[in-house]
This record gives sequence, structure tokens and C-alpha cells, in this order.
Amino acid sequence: MTTPVPPSDGEKILLRMEGISKSFPGVQALSEAKFELRSGEVHALVGENGAGKSTLMKILGGIYHKDAGRILLDGEEMEITNPAMAQHLGISIIHQELNLMPHLTVAQNIFIGREPRGKVSFVVDDKTTNEKAAGLFELLNLRLDPNTKVADLTVANQQMVEIAKALSFNAKILVMDEPTAALTDSEIEELFTIIRQLRDKGVGVVHISHRLEELKLISDRVTVMRDGKYIDTLSTKDAKIDKIISLMVGRTIYESSPELPEKPNQEVVLEVRNLNRGRVLREVSFDLKKGEILGFAGLIGAGRTEVARAIFGADAYESGEIFIKGKQVHIKSPGDAVKHGIGYLSEDRKRYGLALAMDVKENVALAAMRKFLKMLGWVDYKKAAERGREMTAVLNIKTPSLEQKVKFLSGGNQQKVVIGKWLTADTEILIFDEPTRGIDVGAKSEIYKLLNDLAHQGKAIIMISSELPEILRMSHRVLVMCEGRVTGVLNASEATQESIMKYATMRSDVMLASA
Amino acid sequence: MTTQTIKSERNVRSLFRSDAMQRVMAFGALILLFIVFSVASPFFRTFENFVGILLATAVNGVLALGVTFVIITGGIDLSVGTVMTFSAVMTGVFITNWHMPVPIGILAGLLAGTLAGFVNGNVISRMKIPPFIATLGMLYIMKGLSLVISQLHPIYFNDTPIFQQMAMGSILGSIVRGFDVPNAVLILFGAAIVASLILTRTILGRYTFALGSNEEATRLSGVNVAVWKTAVYTLCGFFAGLAGVLIASRLNSAQPALGSGYELDAIAAVVIGGTSLSGGEGSILGTIIGAFIISTLTNGLRILSVPQEWQLVVTGTIVILAVFLDILRRRR
Repeated sequence: MTTPVPPSDGEKILLRMEGISKSFPGVQALSEAKFELRSGEVHALVGENGAGKSTLMKILGGIYHKDAGRILLDGEEMEITNPAMAQHLGISIIHQELNLMPHLTVAQNIFIGREPRGKVSFVVDDKTTNEKAAGLFELLNLRLDPNTKVADLTVANQQMVEIAKALSFNAKILVMDEPTAALTDSEIEELFTIIRQLRDKGVGVVHISHRLEELKLISDRVTVMRDGKYIDTLSTKDAKIDKIISLMVGRTIYESSPELPEKPNQEVVLEVRNLNRGRVLREVSFDLKKGEILGFAGLIGAGRTEVARAIFGADAYESGEIFIKGKQVHIKSPGDAVKHGIGYLSEDRKRYGLALAMDVKENVALAAMRKFLKMLGWVDYKKAAERGREMTAVLNIKTPSLEQKVKFLSGGNQQKVVIGKWLTADTEILIFDEPTRGIDVGAKSEIYKLLNDLAHQGKAIIMISSELPEILRMSHRVLVMCEGRVTGVLNASEATQESIMKYATMRSDVMLASA
Repeated sequence: MTTQTIKSERNVRSLFRSDAMQRVMAFGALILLFIVFSVASPFFRTFENFVGILLATAVNGVLALGVTFVIITGGIDLSVGTVMTFSAVMTGVFITNWHMPVPIGILAGLLAGTLAGFVNGNVISRMKIPPFIATLGMLYIMKGLSLVISQLHPIYFNDTPIFQQMAMGSILGSIVRGFDVPNAVLILFGAAIVASLILTRTILGRYTFALGSNEEATRLSGVNVAVWKTAVYTLCGFFAGLAGVLIASRLNSAQPALGSGYELDAIAAVVIGGTSLSGGEGSILGTIIGAFIISTLTNGLRILSVPQEWQLVVTGTIVILAVFLDILRRRR
């Protein structure tokens, strides 16, 4: 008896989207997609990147305009033409990229566009704004000061501000596009508590996520999309994760061999000794071997990215030594790092990894331009194109042409372009910072395969990841950090979720007590 | 104990990084300039000279008020100098050529500036022309129109002596004997107070910051970005119009060839005052201090007989230093 349950009296249908099509230049983003949301349900929307989830929701939010189809709210057909109208209709969307104004205060952000006014209508009443925000936080059990600037908040707290803002509209429909991507487990639990409260009040919640484990915890139904089309809607209770994944990708998935061969007696490529920077890095030391994937685990803010940036010359460090193949090096800039064969793949590809408005072949050549120069600084585009073609083939980059601007590629393919760039620059040491963040399951496994291949070819790899399953699956060894210190280095055989978490929460007072 | 030191260190650092600190530093620099010049020259520290500095700040200060708003949105307005000229010429045309009453002429000047700003705003927000290009175009248009309308000749206000009294008379002097601060200075401070209230208290001010902080987020919050951006450039145009009326009154004439270069002085004042060219941050108080730093510097160097060409070199250096200090302040 797994046939779809008809909505009971308490669960009326809030939203129905039918036959929605939308095309962008060169891409059919949606073709006849549909979606249905009942009141008092959490409805997960899943699919690979580029499946059209965000586009569908942006049409609902009045940000994009559909080419065809209809949207019914409470059974009534609506043309949603702009974001303000969507808000007015009780639709609130929390976008994938945080959409806050960092220079304004928390309260000012929440009430932007509908500020409480003073006696004269063009004067804003900040006192009332702050009071209303404080009231909202109390309701949501959040400890936030309405008067702090958003720029001074952690990413998690900024996320909470977004949620508070969405809720302050008395939304009937709340869409959350990957709300948990930047949150820690305890923060996710807090968020889910809030979502459940809302659901119980009759709000319809759309939850877009790449973390499929979450679906079981929070959602009632799940709709799968693929290539801009509606595939299926299942009751989460009855659906197996495997089943959902196969619906999402429509093909089998690469699994890396669970037991990674230990690689003894390998040459040490990178040696870091006693790296210090203020309270961010404290006495950080470790070795990285040839052909090894060294996982960097830890909670957000433990200093993993900071280590990577210091090694890569993006940030200065105060003291410490770095050796490459036994020779001490002084890396003062990313340029130095590249010369020494180090490549860094930032967690924020769009900001730090790619020249978005340039095409695939140009991006691939970017870190090793010298290789593609002819006399007088002329760029040898033929050679660059050749290299681009080679990389597209080797890395299986899906792009209509080498001249495609990378901003039009999906997240997984963008990541591959960045990898291609560093391979072109002859790097021996590759630092991956959250290599699969915001990347869908199918592309994820391709990235894993790539990492393994690179290690096999003898590259030394540091992989920073906040997803423990990823760390456990990929790493030969796991380095764990907490509060700027290396608290443990585990072999693949010793590493478990529990052991890593133990070291990841080993704060300095505990260490002192045990010393 | 260590945690305590860390905490106090953090407090000191956050104090140094705060916006208030920026203004304290700018104000400190201004006081320092006054002390140095006062010691260096007895001619500097006279009441007449102080009044001179105030008067010299009036026009640039008013221009810079409007530019502050534009720069906080992350935009730029290169046209304020010649918009000012155009407003002055329009005032001249109304009062001298057409023999209209003085208040009508003043209104015409203000309106001319406001209209130019309104056009700027629409070109930027609806035609989606980058502010730099849109206002560069307006710079030329205004310069040309000023020359066309005035037929290349200055327009004098000799028939209407009351017009010159607007800027150069002294209401303060008639209340307090001997305290002959010209009205232009009062107008500057009055305009600054109004501008500051608009920026910090009104919905327009709020959206000015919001636009500069994250325009896309502002748009997605349901704010009509085009309307408010247009409003900001219109306001900037209004202040340029006011500056035009002021300079016409001060010179007792509308000089159609004057005005190019004023926009750069205004931008310099805004930047020295700590407003970030990347948007989202800034204050009117900072801008006023910035404008005073420029005119004090010019005045003091002139009294010390530093040639004018070297004054320019010093001003340029100060602009770069001010911004560099600001960058140091923000750096962790």
C-alpha cells in the first residue's frame, strides 16, 4: 500500500506548478516540470545540479519568468511577476547564496523593504525594527543581537538571520535552497527543530538538499527532478536512499574501493613544521607523502582552510617552516606556491577558483600562462585549445565547446575545470578545500574517482572536508584539527566517525587536563 | 588570565577597526593640520583666514554631500562639477536675462541640477549604463549646454545685488557683531545636517546603504532597486544644483567655463572622509571633515607660499594616504 496518500482534511494543497518550461540561451532549464506542495508538509526536492530545482523555485519566487505552464496557489492561478509579489503572496525563499547586506544590522536586514516607519512616513524607526527582530528571535529561540552588523556574524548565524527573515513574512510557503550546506550538525538540528515547528503550524516547506541522509530526518515526501523534468514523487518513509539516487542520476555510480591500500615508504613531498599565526594556527606540523590523500577533518573554524591558505601563500604566517622534497621553501605568494608545484582548489570556486566570464580553455591555461606564450607576450591560443581539449577529455568535462564561458557550466564541471587548470600547471601537491560542496551525487563520485586517479599518478593530495563519510571514504590518513591545533593524525584503519569527532572536539583545556 | 588579555586585545582591535575610529582619525588629522599651520604662520591663525577656509569649503562641501550618497551605493558621479555650472548658468538666465524674481532663479538652478541627476539615475538604473560612463557622458553634455545657453559669456548678477547677499552676506554677523561668517557657510552646515538625517534616518538612506552592500539581495528582498537608485542620483543632482546657486552667488556671476575638476575635489573629500568606493559604508560627517582637510591644506600651503602646482601634489598624496590608512584599519 505505497500508493500516494490523498491529502487529509488538515492537509490542503497549497501550491501546484504544472507544465513549467523555461529556457536560457543555449539551455533548456525546465521542460514541463511539475511540483505540488501541501500545507503542513516538508517536501524535499532533489536532483543533480542542473536538474532545474533552483530554477523551478526561482520561478515560484518571481525572480525568473516561466516560458510556459501555470502556477496555482490555493487552487487559484497566479502570475508571479516579481519578488515583492511573491512575498506578498506568502512565498519566502532562502536562496543558495546568502542574500544579506553585510553592512547593515541584523534587524535592518530582516525588515529590508518593509521597514517600520516613524511619525513621518519616510523616516525609518530603528527602535521598533530592533524590537520586532528581538521578538522574532525569541519566538525562534535564537540568540542573536538585532543590532550587530551581519558582516560580524558567523556563516551559520547569517543563515539563521535568513531564516528569521523568511519567517517574518508569515510565509505560507517556505523554500530553502540548501540551507544546511554551511552548518554544523548541532546547527542543522536546531534548524530542523524550527522547520518542524513551522510544519506543525501548517506551513508548507520545500527543502532542497544534496545531503540525502537529511531527507529521512526531515521530509514527508520527496520529488525527484532530472534534466529539467519531473521524474517522480515518493513518500520519504517508504523510499530507500538508493532508489532516490538511481532516480536522480538515471545511471550507475562509481564507488571507490572502500579499503584503500596503505602506501608505506613513500617519499615525503611536503613537510610542515610548527606553523603559527595568532590564535588561528598553533604549532601545526604534518607530513604529506607522494601518492597519498591526506584528509583534513575538523569542525568549521578549526583552522583547516587557514593551514591550506598559509601553505599556498595566500595568507602570511608568523613562524614555522615548510619543506618541499626535503628542501626548505619560503612561500610568500600564491605565485611562489605555483612555482613550487602547489595547487589550491578553494571551497568557493566561483570567487577564488575560476575566471567566470572566461571560457574553458582560457581557465585551463590560467595558472600556467607562461607555457602558452609566444614571442612578445602573445598567447598561443591554438596550444591552449589543444590543452583544453585534452583536459576536457581526460577529466570528462561536459561542455558544449571549449569556448563556453565557465559560468554557464554546472558545479561539478566547474570543479573539473579548476582541476584541469592545476594539472596544466604541473602541480605535484594539490589541496582540495571541500571539493564536493554543492555538487550533486553523480558528479561527486566522478570527483572522487578523479582524486583517486590523481593519487595513483603520484600526486600528493590534501583534502579538506566537513563531511565525515567523504573523509573516511577517501583518505589514506586523516589529520584532525581543533581550534588551530592538530589534535590527531589517524591511519585509515583507525579512523572512524567516533574517533575523528573525539579529536575534532578536543579543546585546549581538555588537552591541558590530560597532559 | 590569558583569555582576559586576548579579550582586551580583541576590544582594542575592534575599536581601531570601527567606523567611529575612522572619523576620529580624520578629525584628528584636521586638528593636526590646524596646529601645524598655526605654528608655522601667524597669518594662518587669524579669524579672517578661518572664515576664508570655511567659505572655500562651502561649494566643494555641498557637492561632496551628494557624491557621498552615490558612492555609498557603490556608484560614482563624475558629472557634479558641470551640473553645478549648468545650474549656475540657468540661475543667471532666469534672473539676469529673463528678469525673473531672484527666488524663481534660485529655484530654477536647483531644479536644473535635480533634473540632471534624475536623468543620470534613469540612464544608470533603466538603461543599465555603468555609472562611470553615464555620468561621464553627462559631464560633457552639461559642459556643452552651459556654453551654448550662455553663448560662451559669463552672466553677471549686477542688477540684483540681493542675489550675492545670499552667499556672501552674513546673517550671523548681523546678530553677533564682528562674527561675520558668510551665509554660504551656514548653508553648507544646514545642508550637511539635512543630508546626514536623510542618510541615517530615512528610508532613502537605508536603501542607499543596502544597494552598496548587496544590490542583488536588496532586489530579491522586493525593493524596487531602479526607483531608489534613481532617487539617490536625483538627490546628488539636487546638491550639485545647490552648489551651482552658491557659486554663482559667491562670484556674483555664472561662469560657463568653470566647473570641470570640481567633481574630483568632491570625490577626494568623500574618500578622505572614509567612505568606501566599494560601497556600503560612509558618513556625512566624514565627508565634511574630508572637505575641510582639503581646503585647510590648500589654504595653509598657500599662506606658506608653496606654489600651487605643489599644492596639487600634496593633495594627491593625502588622498592616497587616507585610503591606505583606511585599508590598514580594515585589515585583520
